[in-house]
Amino acid sequence: MQLALFIIFGALALGGALNLLLQRHPIHSALSLVVVMMSLAVLYWSLGAEFLAAAQVIVYSGAIMVLFVFVIMLLNAGTEQRTRGSRAAYAVGIPGAAAIFCLLSFVFLSERGALKSSNIGGDLSSATDNIAEVSAMLFTKQLLPFEVTSILILVAILGAVVLARKEQ
Amino acid sequence: MNLPTSVIALLPEYVLTLTGVLIMLIEAVLKPGTSRKPLGWLAIAGTASTGFISWYQLRLGVLTAFSGNIQVDAFSIFFHLLIGAVVVATLLGSLDYFDGHASHAGEYFALVLFGAVGMMLMTCSTELLMVFIGLEISSISTYILAGFRKGHGTAVEASIKYFLLGSFATAFFLYGIALAYGATGSTSIAAIAAGLATSATPRMAFLGLAMMLVGLGFKVSAAPFHLWTPDVYQGAPAPVVGLMSTAPKAAAFAVLLRITFCGFPQMQTRWAMLMWGLAALSMTIGNLGALKQTDVKRMLAYSSIAHAGYLLAAFTAFPAAGISAACFYTAAYAAMNVGAFAVVTQVGGYKETLRSFKDYHGLAMRRPVLAALLAFFLLSLIGIPFTGGFFGKFYVFSAAIQAGNIWLAVIGLLNSGVACFYYLRLLSSVYTKPAETAPAPVDQTAKETGASLTATPTISIPAGIGLTLTAAATLLLGILPGNILHLANSASSSLRATSATTPSAASSVNSHSSLPPSGHSR
Repeated sequence: MQLALFIIFGALALGGALNLLLQRHPIHSALSLVVVMMSLAVLYWSLGAEFLAAAQVIVYSGAIMVLFVFVIMLLNAGTEQRTRGSRAAYAVGIPGAAAIFCLLSFVFLSERGALKSSNIGGDLSSATDNIAEVSAMLFTKQLLPFEVTSILILVAILGAVVLARKEQ
Repeated sequence: MNLPTSVIALLPEYVLTLTGVLIMLIEAVLKPGTSRKPLGWLAIAGTASTGFISWYQLRLGVLTAFSGNIQVDAFSIFFHLLIGAVVVATLLGSLDYFDGHASHAGEYFALVLFGAVGMMLMTCSTELLMVFIGLEISSISTYILAGFRKGHGTAVEASIKYFLLGSFATAFFLYGIALAYGATGSTSIAAIAAGLATSATPRMAFLGLAMMLVGLGFKVSAAPFHLWTPDVYQGAPAPVVGLMSTAPKAAAFAVLLRITFCGFPQMQTRWAMLMWGLAALSMTIGNLGALKQTDVKRMLAYSSIAHAGYLLAAFTAFPAAGISAACFYTAAYAAMNVGAFAVVTQVGGYKETLRSFKDYHGLAMRRPVLAALLAFFLLSLIGIPFTGGFFGKFYVFSAAIQAGNIWLAVIGLLNSGVACFYYLRLLSSVYTKPAETAPAPVDQTAKETGASLTATPTISIPAGIGLTLTAAATLLLGILPGNILHLANSASSSLRATSATTPSAASSVNSHSSLPPSGHSR
C-alpha cells in the first residue's frame, strides 16, 4: 500500500516538476507546481507526518499558489520567449545533474541494508500524537530557530519594500 | 549579574536586532527629504556596543543557552568581534555614500544590522537548523543589498544572479543537513560527531558533509562554485561588496570550521582531501582569472576567490594549527579587503564612473592619500611583510606544511607569485601612468569625471575614520600579530575542547581575562 502510494505520487511529483520547467506559459507552470506540492503532501502523509502534510497543503498549495496565480494574472504575463540558453549550461548542467543523481543513488543503494532497518531519531515513531511531538519539539528544543525565523521574515519584508518602492 | 544565561549569551544579537528595529521605526517617521545620517550613527553605536558586550563575554567562560543550541566561547566571540568590526568599518564608509541618491538609506542601515545578526548567530550556534536560519538571514540581506542601486542594470543583474544561485546553493546545504540527520539521527553538531561513531551509513553521512561543503563553498566563493562572484561584485555598490566579501565569508568559514572539526572529526582524512582540491582549484582559478581583468572590482572579486583558496588550505592542517591559522587569516583578509573596497568607494562614488584600470591612471597625483592607502592594501593582499596579509599567508602555509601538505603550499606560493602581477599592474597604473587629460573621451559622464578631477573631492570625516581603522588594523596585524594570534589560539583551543567533549562537559575552558584590549579594532 505504502509502496504503491509512493510510486504513484513520486511519479506525479516528478512529472509535475518537469512539466513546470517545460511549459511556456506561466499559468501552466504555476498549476503544475500545485501538482508537485499536493503530491509531496501525500508523500509526507504516507511517511507519518500528518501535520507537515496539512501545513504543506494549507501554506503552499493554498496561500502561496493563490498569490502566484494572482501575480501572474495581474502582470498579465504572456508566453515566455524561447531563448537558446547558453551552451555552457547544457554542457555542464546536464552531466552535473547526472553525476549528482548517480552519486546519490550509489550511496543509497550501497547502504541499502542499513537503511532498511533504520529508525531515524525516533522523532516520529513514538506512540504519542504527531502534532504533539512537533509542537513539543518546536517550543522546547528548537525554540530559538523558531523565534529567529521572525528576523528572517522581517528582512524579507524589508527587502521587498526596498526593491519594489520607486525612487523618490 | 543575575540575568539568565539565555539573555547574556545572545546579548549582542539582541542589541543589534533592537537597533535595527529602532532604525526602521525612526525611518518611518522621518520626512522624506531629511538626511539619514543620524540613523547611520545609531547603527554604528549599536554595533560598537555589541563589540564591547562580546569583549565582556570573553571573561564569562563558555556559555550555553537554548537547550545547547547556542554556545558562546572564545571561538564565536572572535568571529563576533570580527563581524562587528567589519560592519562598523562598512557603515563608516557608506554614511555619505547615499547622500542625494538612494531614498532608502535608512533601510540600508537596518538591513546591514539584520545581516550581521544572522552572521553572528551562524558563528555561535551548534545546531545545524540554527546555522541554516542564520545563513538565510545573512544571505537574504546581502541579496537585497547587492541590488541597492536600483537604476543601474548591473546592480539588478547582480542581485538576481546572486539570489538565484544563492538559493540553489542553500538547497544543497539543506539537503546536506537532511542526509547528516538521516545518517546520525541528529542535527546538533556534537550529537552528529557522537552518532558518527555508531552510524550504519557512514557514506551517507559523508555525502551530507560534502553537500554542506557545496553550500558553504558557494558562500565563500570557493572555486567550482565561484561563477557568481565577478558579476555580483561588479554590480553591487562598493561598500556592500566590502561587507559581503568579508563578513558573511568569515561567518561561513566559522561554520565550516565547526562542522568539519567538531562534527566530522573522524572523517578528517577524507574531507581534508576535498579541502585540498577546493583550495588548489580556488587559488589557481582565482589568480589566473584576475590576470586579464580590466575592471578594478572584478579584479578584486577574482582575488577574493584566490584568498578563499588560501584560507581553505588551513583546513588541510592539523586541527590546532589549522583553526588558529584560519581565524587569523580571516581577520587579516577582512581588514585589508574592507579597506581596499573603502578606497574603491571613495574613488568611484555612487555612480561608479571611475572603475577600470585606465580610470585609476594618475590617481597618485589627484588624490595622494587615497592612492597611498590603496597601495598599502594591495601590498597586504600580495602578502608583503609588515602587513596583515603576510602573517596570514605565513601561518596558513606553515600549518599546511606541518601536516605534510607540501605540494599545496607550493601551489599556494606559486599562486602568490602570479598574484603579484595583477596587484602590481593596478599599482603601476595608479603611480606611474599619467592622468588622462580632463576632457576625457567618454561621452556625457566625462563632464562629471572632469569636474571631479579638477575639484579633488575630499574624504568625509566618517569615511576617513573607517579608512584609518582598516589601515591601522592591517598594519597592526602585520607588525604586532601577537594579540590577535593569542585570541585565535584561544578560539582554536575552545573549538577543539568542544569537539573532544560533549558540550555540557566543556566548561571553564577559557580563562584568559588578561588580554590587552588593543588590537581588535579594525
